[in-house]
Amino acid sequence: MKDSESGLEVPETAHAGLAIDRRQFLKLVGSGILVTFFVGDLAVLDADAQRRDYPADFNAYLRIGADGRVTVWSGKVEMGQGVITSLAQMAAEELGVALEAIDMVLGDTQLCPWDMGTFGSMSTRFFGPALRGAAAEARAVLLELASAHLQAPVAKLRVADGAVFLASDPHTRVTFGQLAGGRRIERHLAGKPALRSFAEFTVSGQPARRRDGFAKVTGTAKYAGDMRLPGMFYARLLRPPAHDATLKSVDTSGAGKLPGVIVVNQGGLVAVLHADPEVAARALDAIKATFDVPPATVDTDTIFDHLLRVAPPPEEHERRGNPAAGEKAAATLFEHRYENGYGAHAPMETHTALASVEGDKVTVWTSTQTPFPNQQQVAQALGIAPEKVHVITPFVGGGFGGKSGAGLQAVEAARLAKIVGRPVQVAWTRAEEFFYDAFRPAAVVKIKSGIDGGGRIVLWDHRVYWAGSRSAEQFYDVPNSAVLTYGQWGRDAAGAHPFATGPWRAPGANLNVFARESQIDIMAASAKADPLEFRLANTSDPRMRSVLRAAAERFGWRKSPAGAGRGQGIGCGIDAGAYVALAAEVAVDKGTGSVAVKRIVCAQDMGQVINPDGARMQMEGCVTMGLGYALSETLRFKGGDVLVHNFNAYEIPRFSGLPAIEAILVKNDALTPQGGGEPAIVPVGAAIANAICDATGARLFQMPMTPERVKKALAG
Amino acid sequence: METIRFTLNGRPTSLEVDGDRMLLWVLRGELELTGTKFGCGAGLCGACTVVVDGEPVRSCRLAMRDVRGKDITTIEGLARDGKLHPLQEQFIEHGALQCGFCTSGMIMNAHGMLQKNPRPTREQIVAGMDDNLCRCAAHKRILEAIEAVAGTK
Ligand code: FES
Ligand code: FES
Repeated sequence: MKDSESGLEVPETAHAGLAIDRRQFLKLVGSGILVTFFVGDLAVLDADAQRRDYPADFNAYLRIGADGRVTVWSGKVEMGQGVITSLAQMAAEELGVALEAIDMVLGDTQLCPWDMGTFGSMSTRFFGPALRGAAAEARAVLLELASAHLQAPVAKLRVADGAVFLASDPHTRVTFGQLAGGRRIERHLAGKPALRSFAEFTVSGQPARRRDGFAKVTGTAKYAGDMRLPGMFYARLLRPPAHDATLKSVDTSGAGKLPGVIVVNQGGLVAVLHADPEVAARALDAIKATFDVPPATVDTDTIFDHLLRVAPPPEEHERRGNPAAGEKAAATLFEHRYENGYGAHAPMETHTALASVEGDKVTVWTSTQTPFPNQQQVAQALGIAPEKVHVITPFVGGGFGGKSGAGLQAVEAARLAKIVGRPVQVAWTRAEEFFYDAFRPAAVVKIKSGIDGGGRIVLWDHRVYWAGSRSAEQFYDVPNSAVLTYGQWGRDAAGAHPFATGPWRAPGANLNVFARESQIDIMAASAKADPLEFRLANTSDPRMRSVLRAAAERFGWRKSPAGAGRGQGIGCGIDAGAYVALAAEVAVDKGTGSVAVKRIVCAQDMGQVINPDGARMQMEGCVTMGLGYALSETLRFKGGDVLVHNFNAYEIPRFSGLPAIEAILVKNDALTPQGGGEPAIVPVGAAIANAICDATGARLFQMPMTPERVKKALAG
Repeated sequence: METIRFTLNGRPTSLEVDGDRMLLWVLRGELELTGTKFGCGAGLCGACTVVVDGEPVRSCRLAMRDVRGKDITTIEGLARDGKLHPLQEQFIEHGALQCGFCTSGMIMNAHGMLQKNPRPTREQIVAGMDDNLCRCAAHKRILEAIEAVAGTK
């Protein structure tokens, strides 16, 4: 299977791989020049590799084949963030080949080395430098080979367009394919390779069109739900009405009477299957079931007090100075509590998987950010060895952290396929997606801060309940500052949340920055200082100062008086190594409480920029998506019953709410690439809250800032 | 089961199907046109949009019996003779997609909208596209791509 437009390749050669140890891994790859390398946190990989016989020292590799093509294998996935373009661009740059000569093989457990998953901003940040290093190593090998072949010292050689040639005579040349053909050279990248300097790059730093663009605009890009196998069934599963409900009785006789419907009721799995998904849906409606639903103890409004009540003891995340001394030094103290409710990921593609069982082997095509952990989960559910499970990740229709969980749909499809002996697709309905999502946890931040008589911040005490410390790190020049966390998402959470929680784009950071930057504005107002000036006066961090200035300048901060009901706000933060500042202009309708965001300027310093257009695209996406968590996305629930079943009850950003957005990249070529997929979403809530306050004098302490809440705040 | 005849991507098509079935599942099933996506099943997201007799329609809500005699275009039928439709070209040109899952529906909705009103204002484009959802939040570039085709920018 090869999609020549996207450069995504799924070779059909390697279906014999069982116990995948290092040697077999390398054998599968074929001949040529091979460089193995490692992406990410070595400690994590080590621990996992020891548990499962995977290679311990690499999780990605690159090969130059006899055809001169360069293939990169990695367990990362393409879910919209554009890695198949940005990573290929880096490899092309470092090697000296055209972008079109690079193939990316992603997210396939049989072809790719183990990888923990695709999260957040990690792909370009960690993968980029590692891949670049591997490509540099391959280039060094090619130069050595060419030196022998052309009988010239390496210093006299040049590389371009997939060939090595004499600097003095470009016609005396040898192609990568000629050099790589018929041999087998293996290198492992351990130390730091000599990289070319950023200034020399010709491909990176230039806009590149998405390599998956053609497939995606013609409808030929395949997602998990688009896979078809002969004889496959579509399954629908019986779901409880609430998360803590238990099944009391079930009568499937009505479903069984529908022609062609297969009913499964085994080991807690109640499902109906049919060759037509609509018949399967009707069959599900025909099942009669009763459940025990315990009374709800928490709901959308009471959850915050509950979370404070059940919070575990704090962990100190960061500390400088002495808070008690800070309190003494303060002329004015400020103490506020900020809240954010549960949030859904709501990717447009619901969780979907197709599983096929042949003999003792299982193949699963699934929509996931974590193919390798899913392989483990499927194996465990079927009671077989992980090597028997082959997980393939086609294009993923959005993840945002929501497809990194338990791989439930893959497990369900595999279990059903095994039971019925035919391939089975499980595609969640939108209601199932809104039920089984691992939601962004509801969370609370309490901040106590103080300023001295000169408007300098002297105390900062930031306590986060259930969101974690991301983006809470202190960059203001506060002599006495502490960040404490009480509980994290995804851990210590028994009894805390009524349903599963997990990472949501820049986990925890949106609330931490909303709280901090709101508190900063409150202090600035008390000190009668302009919010921008107050920030600049209180931070000497050069990167933060430069993004604040860049955003304010382009925005025209306080240049013209805001009209009636209009206001301007600013907020800033650090996330995934990137610095970001965002200025917003809003119009508030005081009658209805509705907020229209008119204009947003976002300035970001993310180190070297591999693909500026791609980076701006990610920033615009962050800003636009941020409008949802800031203004409208409310997950209503009562106990374990999620009251949202479809998009009519969960308002995600739309075209009509789109402000004019300007994304500015603040140049910082001295720094390797930092995260780009998440940072710009982090200050959206804060800047809007500050703009609402500027427009109306009303301060909001809870997100989303819905019309009802704005009206309430206006009423004081 | 009944025989339903219609035109699909310029080709006369005849199917023996249950008239209650929704077009979306017939397209994705026996017709093997999986470019049209399922996003909500309730007419709320637009991922399943196709163009029927020049109008953008939600195929998850269109019963096969109402397809009889109609002229249907799906995302697979937009490019003609190996040449991309201007909307497809501009979506690529403007980077108006990320995960791509909403893209077919976005393009088909815009296609239907432009057939009715070839030179819409920005406000008209926003109104016409407002019920198509994109979670990757590529809205800005989608509007720019459509404007480029409409020649209004
Ligand atoms: S799937 Fe038809 S509108 Fe969402
Ligand atoms: S591009 Fe992902 S939903 Fe629109």
